[in-house]
Amino acid sequence: MGFIHVTDRDGKTHDLEAVEGWRVMEIIREHGLPIEAVCGGACECATCHVHVASPWQGKLFPAREDEEDMLDELPEISEASRLSCQIIWSEKLNGLQLTLADD
Amino acid sequence: MNIILTNQTLQKSSITMSGDVVSIESYTSKAQHAKTCDIAIIGTGPVGLFAVFQAGLLGLKCILVDALERPGGQCAELYPEKPIYDIPAYPVISGQDLTDRLMEQIKPFNPEFLYSQQVAGLSKTQNGDFELVTTQGNTIIAPAVFIAAGAGSFVPRKPKVDNLAAFEEKSFFYAVRNRNTFVDRDVVIFGGGDSALDWTLDLLPQVKSLTLVHRRDKFRATPASIEAMRQAVEARRLKLVFGQLDSLAGSNGELETIAVKTADSAIEHIKADRALAFFGLNIELGPIAEWGLNLNSKLIEVDTEKFETSTPGIFAIGDINWYPGKLKLILSGFHECALAAQAAFKIARPDEKLVFRYTTSSSDLQQKLGVA
Repeated sequence: MGFIHVTDRDGKTHDLEAVEGWRVMEIIREHGLPIEAVCGGACECATCHVHVASPWQGKLFPAREDEEDMLDELPEISEASRLSCQIIWSEKLNGLQLTLADD
Repeated sequence: MNIILTNQTLQKSSITMSGDVVSIESYTSKAQHAKTCDIAIIGTGPVGLFAVFQAGLLGLKCILVDALERPGGQCAELYPEKPIYDIPAYPVISGQDLTDRLMEQIKPFNPEFLYSQQVAGLSKTQNGDFELVTTQGNTIIAPAVFIAAGAGSFVPRKPKVDNLAAFEEKSFFYAVRNRNTFVDRDVVIFGGGDSALDWTLDLLPQVKSLTLVHRRDKFRATPASIEAMRQAVEARRLKLVFGQLDSLAGSNGELETIAVKTADSAIEHIKADRALAFFGLNIELGPIAEWGLNLNSKLIEVDTEKFETSTPGIFAIGDINWYPGKLKLILSGFHECALAAQAAFKIARPDEKLVFRYTTSSSDLQQKLGVA
């Protein structure tokens, strides 16, 4: 049991209860925050783009090539950019902080 | 994927509201002879395609409209190669195979497809039919409409630049509609996929200068294209810059300079009077949102008997609809097709009696399928 802290596009931060083994995209979607995730987690649409707070970036598994390929399609990304469907939540990510990217 | 978008961008200003329906006069004026059918289907994903089958069994003729240039919707556009495991009787099938098989299955019913266009306007005619006008100026008249638009229409993803709108469709483009636009120009192309590379190689012989801008030195395109691109860079015919669009400068819609932020956060200014951006596709609900239908978030509310919307005669099936307990599964969409088709029959053939029959035993259905 643990939480992730997600800042929405209005700057409001939500503490979301996380579930072991769930994709972070799924946690965000399940709590009703606006995340498109059109392809449903297939790493094919880049509509679950998030910015991961810097202390957490190094604690995530690095992006795989297919995630990098999808990030390539976005007009604007940063060092913090990840696709939240490619981050699987575990206890180690308790307290993970991220911000929803613009539509 | 090389998608040429044809007049997809709607001018908001041309939309006039009349009651709860929308008519788009500028498109209506371009309308050719109206096409008639029993059901106008918006979207050619698996659910839109299977609706043709269910309607066809009832003797109803369909015309389908899709923003993309081929059928399949998300299945063909987002994950053509990804395996799908939850289609009954297919332990595994790819998005493309599913699309191909549905196209084969509906062939006997001879549906008409209008690709590379959106339904821009939907209004009711005097005798109660619906009139749909597409962005290519086609008009469809039908007593029933099925909205099978998934998450909406695929539209080019736009960069976040303040003054972008001033240049869009004047000197900053998301597709090549007229290659003369780029001849003898200083052109910048953004992207690292097949579309970006195809157009880079295609336009290269005719431009004054060409710069390809991509985030990193890794391209997702046909190896032959990547090789040809690298040779052009080697021969100094093409400039390759690694970075992201930072800002646009120019006046009266005409670009003059493009600033690109490189990996080390330096700003590189590129002289350019034309730009082409290939940042993939986004999905938007689009004009559907303006049709006065009851929406739940970005989804269309329907009943679970007929999958009819708040406007009688307009149905919503597949991922685009919402009802209590809705699951966004292709499977659910197929079920919704069958029930909506029954309801559409009653609208399209009010004087005929509908007899429920099975394809296994009905010679009438087998004749429609061309197997009897």
